[in-house]
Amino acid sequence: MKLVNRHTFAWLIVIVISFLAIEGLVSVGILDVFYEMALVQIGINIILGIGLNLIIGVSGQFSLGHAGFMAIGAYSVGIVYLDNPTVTGFFLGVLLGLVLSGVVALLIGIPTLRLKGDYLAIATLGVSEIIRIAITNMKITNGAAGISGIPLFDAIPMRQLVFIFVVIVTIIVVNYVRSSDGRATLSIRENEIAAESMGINTTKYKVMAFVIGAMTASIAGGLYASYFNTIVPTNFNFMKSVDILIIVVFGGIGSFTGTFVAALVLGILNTLLQDVSDLRMIIYSLALIIIMIFKPSGLLGTKEFSFSKLFSKKIKKAKKGGSTDGSVRN
Amino acid sequence: MALLEIKSLTKNFGGLAAVSNVDLYLEEQELVGLIGPNGAGKTTLFNLLTGVYEPSEGEVNFQGERLNGKKPFVIANKGLSRTFQNIRLFRELTVLDNVLIAMNNRYKEGLFTSILRLPKFYKVEASMKEEALSLLQIFELDGKNEELAKNLSYGEQRRLEIVRALATKPKILFLDEPAAGMNPQETADLTALIRKIQKEFAITVLLIEHDMSLVMDVCERIYVLEYGQLIAHGTPDEIKVNPKVIQAYLGGEV
Repeated sequence: MKLVNRHTFAWLIVIVISFLAIEGLVSVGILDVFYEMALVQIGINIILGIGLNLIIGVSGQFSLGHAGFMAIGAYSVGIVYLDNPTVTGFFLGVLLGLVLSGVVALLIGIPTLRLKGDYLAIATLGVSEIIRIAITNMKITNGAAGISGIPLFDAIPMRQLVFIFVVIVTIIVVNYVRSSDGRATLSIRENEIAAESMGINTTKYKVMAFVIGAMTASIAGGLYASYFNTIVPTNFNFMKSVDILIIVVFGGIGSFTGTFVAALVLGILNTLLQDVSDLRMIIYSLALIIIMIFKPSGLLGTKEFSFSKLFSKKIKKAKKGGSTDGSVRN
Repeated sequence: MALLEIKSLTKNFGGLAAVSNVDLYLEEQELVGLIGPNGAGKTTLFNLLTGVYEPSEGEVNFQGERLNGKKPFVIANKGLSRTFQNIRLFRELTVLDNVLIAMNNRYKEGLFTSILRLPKFYKVEASMKEEALSLLQIFELDGKNEELAKNLSYGEQRRLEIVRALATKPKILFLDEPAAGMNPQETADLTALIRKIQKEFAITVLLIEHDMSLVMDVCERIYVLEYGQLIAHGTPDEIKVNPKVIQAYLGGEV
């Protein structure tokens, strides 16, 4: 058996090329500090979107509480990293965030994931508000004033760190979805009664998707805390959850490449419109309305954009071209 | 002892007894029919047996084990599988995925094995696919592996439901109106298919069906349900001449 198949290879190339492209653009100075900030934000949004897409698009459970888990990650890194401003401190913070968000998601998921549709949305919304208000009223989180002076992770540039985390989170989530467990999770979205009758423990897989989604959100929160130095509870309010939801819906519920595209498009749009700040929200909203009218299933629907297919098409074309000029005998 | 034994099973929806006091047994490798007019409680009985509903009274014993109150997925994993009257496929997934999902419980990939894509993952995945494909081949669906389930024709969707149910390796298969909406030719094909399933997989089949030619043709025993109550039980020939059954279906006094 081959260690790396065609599919994996194509993605590997995409990862390396995009990494080199970003580094190249930064080194020649096209991507200045301002754009780099946008880039980091896009990266964080991708991580958030991927996690929420796992919950909404794959398991089919509508969650409006993603910002709550992001807050847990942000405050974990904020508190631990401020106390111990070393690389170890940062990763300890991330680890704490992962554990806490995982535990909270598990405790909340088991009772609330029995609910369906709107009810679940309201319940998850309530949970994220509880998390936010708890943070606002706790001493260790410094209440409503938030935590400031969180050191910037500087062992490697932040853009690289975010890039690495985007890759890791995406690989974990996509590999999970494309496994037996992932298929079982998809079947819940498709038809819960049938899934259960086929021996799928629907509660288990719903909770699993919810926990994994929450944990990825906490990673995004950790990166956010370190990059922006200051976190206050209002950063993680209902509107933040909606922002993430918009990315998922815009890209296509159930499509991970769609989430990438949506996070990029919306991030770039946001950055370009920074100069016309009055019009910004209007154009941004218009873009959303237009996409919902003309493509209600999102940019990519439930489809995935496949680089390996794109490559194999190119290779086929190249082969055809090669054989017609007679230089290759076949 | 019978493979499946149901004792005075009752299900009340408010004041309505959808199923009341039903006794029923299934032996190993039997093909049994369950008939009755519309609204007689046949599907409710299936839902009770597969755990979708919890019985109000009575008990369901499978190989001597009480199944009452167990969750549907637990019951499914014990070896009771079913199809649905109103087709419930995973519509947006491929035909192959539909079958693989039903095999989820018999193959363990492991969370970390699949996330890290260890060699074991590919091995398990390959053997799952192999089994799924051979199942699809028996039902002449192997050309459509990559097709979305919703794009199959009606007859193919019905067949896929059966394949999916068989993929759980059941000991008992409940078929809920498999011939509904089929033309006579398709029904004849289905008749042959049901026989083949029962023989090849050596399982017990309980069949709900309105098409009498099919039921009388393949079933060894038949139960007749009316208004939630069992009104007759016997071989097809006995059922055909049973006055209570004739009255239930054709009306009139006896």
